[in-house]
Amino acid sequence: MNIRKCRKTEAPPLEPIAGNGLLDRRALLGRGIVFAGAMGTGAAGSLTGAGAEPIKNDPWSLEMGSVVPAYQVPSRFEKDVVRTRSNPNNEFRNSHARTPHHLLQGTITPNGLFFSISHSGLPDIDPAQHKLIIHGLVKQPMVYTVESLSRYPMVSRMHFVECAGNSAPMFSNEPVQATAQALHGLCSNAEWTGVPLSILLDEVGIDPRAKWLFGEGADSLGLHRSVPIKKALDDAMIALYQNGERIQPGNGYPMRLLLPGYQGNMNIKHVRRIKLIDQPAMSFYEAKTYSQILPDGKMWLFHFTMEVKSFITQPSFGHSLKGPGFYEISGIAYSGNGRISKVMVSADGGKSWAQAALQAPVLPKAFTRFRMPWRWDGQPIVLQSRAWDESGAVQPLRAEFVAARGQTEKPVTNPLGFPNQHYNSITSWGIDSSGGIKHVYA
Amino acid sequence: MYMRNSLFVLSLTFAFGTGTGLAETPGLGQPISEADITAWNIEVLPDGTGLPAGSGTAKQGAAIYSQKCAMCHGENGVNPAPGMLPLVGPAKFDKIDTMKTVPYYKYATTLFDVMRRSMPYQMPKTLSNDELYALSAYILSLNKIIGENDVMDAKTLPQVKMPNRDNFIIWDPSKI
Repeated sequence: MNIRKCRKTEAPPLEPIAGNGLLDRRALLGRGIVFAGAMGTGAAGSLTGAGAEPIKNDPWSLEMGSVVPAYQVPSRFEKDVVRTRSNPNNEFRNSHARTPHHLLQGTITPNGLFFSISHSGLPDIDPAQHKLIIHGLVKQPMVYTVESLSRYPMVSRMHFVECAGNSAPMFSNEPVQATAQALHGLCSNAEWTGVPLSILLDEVGIDPRAKWLFGEGADSLGLHRSVPIKKALDDAMIALYQNGERIQPGNGYPMRLLLPGYQGNMNIKHVRRIKLIDQPAMSFYEAKTYSQILPDGKMWLFHFTMEVKSFITQPSFGHSLKGPGFYEISGIAYSGNGRISKVMVSADGGKSWAQAALQAPVLPKAFTRFRMPWRWDGQPIVLQSRAWDESGAVQPLRAEFVAARGQTEKPVTNPLGFPNQHYNSITSWGIDSSGGIKHVYA
Repeated sequence: MYMRNSLFVLSLTFAFGTGTGLAETPGLGQPISEADITAWNIEVLPDGTGLPAGSGTAKQGAAIYSQKCAMCHGENGVNPAPGMLPLVGPAKFDKIDTMKTVPYYKYATTLFDVMRRSMPYQMPKTLSNDELYALSAYILSLNKIIGENDVMDAKTLPQVKMPNRDNFIIWDPSKI
């Protein structure tokens, strides 16, 4: 085969292909060669050096461990890998819990770390009592239960959910010094399993006058958002499962309206009612909170799609590099338009770019992990990533983004604040010669 | 109860079940009448659809407000408690991070609807229809959008011209 021949003869080059030590992504396929390269430049040679202590057995290798629990939780050594909360003292207001992207790998967000925003606390819903009513401009209103929906043909799909206010601190005119968790933690990715909404709409029979529907939650707020019928018939789902288990209370137990690629707030949690209507409801959250003010004094309504975005999670703010040598740069990319088609990485603040490897499978409206081999020479550098999606949309550079969408006049001091919505420009991490990492604009 | 016979459900499924391309859908929903959904059927649409009978004025609303709303939203809708929203603000939203208050809404029905479903925060869905109209009148009046003596009811509320109404643009009409 030609391809095999190619791989054999065309050894991954170890010379940088873009500024400040970015290596060819194909080097990730030829592990042996990269390993050799890393050995040659790093401190790995000291493993067998004269100063090494002789190997001995650790205590856990010499006694029985604990009994396995019914529901397992991470090792106690991982106690810092948690969501950060906006009201850690249970203050009486809405609460946000952000995903620690800088401490995770791969593409699946574990359920316990999936981001959550609750505007009036988590309802304690008995699934045996929960009802989903579909009514309004339909031929016959219907009631569904968890039990009845569990008998429907289901589909499982990988999708991200992102708050429209995710990354909002980046509207600041000066970079907020914060982790990827604080900046981008209101976005997570899971496998959702449930019933396509189109099947249920089929059963109730759509009146042709219906142009919109709204989902409404069973929470005390009764949060509701309008959705075009077009989207409801496309890929909307009544999701019952999240990563294989029932949806978490903070993510919509016992069922949520899943609208892949659309603003997180529209993915109604604890959904109890779907009503077909002839006009948008202009609910509080669509008419105010998730409407964006533009620099010219106009406001956007119905900015549903979460647009193409990427950010580097390793290395990033909160980490430090332990000296020159080989590192893997990696991060996540996603788009509400569909699949990620390309991610480029720069180590010189955008002067030169190299194409990152995309980890398969690359799924529509889902996290895609990108990886880039890198050999750091110890000089100050700026890391950036930039994503493209299959619709042709490209993640805007910061200058382009700020020109169109504006930035604050004064620095944002609270990294949990929401100066505006729908930030999807690039994130830059500045690394100094001691390996310290800062959030910078470049 | 909303139970009817399942043959009826099946016949509906066959009559209307064409959109998904499935020959048959499970048809496990139970029919329910709109009359049985009244307690949940509380949304108010911009054209006034869903507004209940009743009425109120700003003066009536002021008394209710100080009793049920001011503790979070502040006296006269300003200086709210930490983490809570002010209700009064300028009618001009010319900076990207201007605080969006009630004058931001395109329609006054949004105010009535959010109070009806979500407020008071710790005791939602307890305000009477007259209280909701009175509070709507009071908050609109505080923002000088209506006069102090204007009566809000199912006819007048949807006719209120909000100051920011003409400044909205739809992000991508092709999505609708």
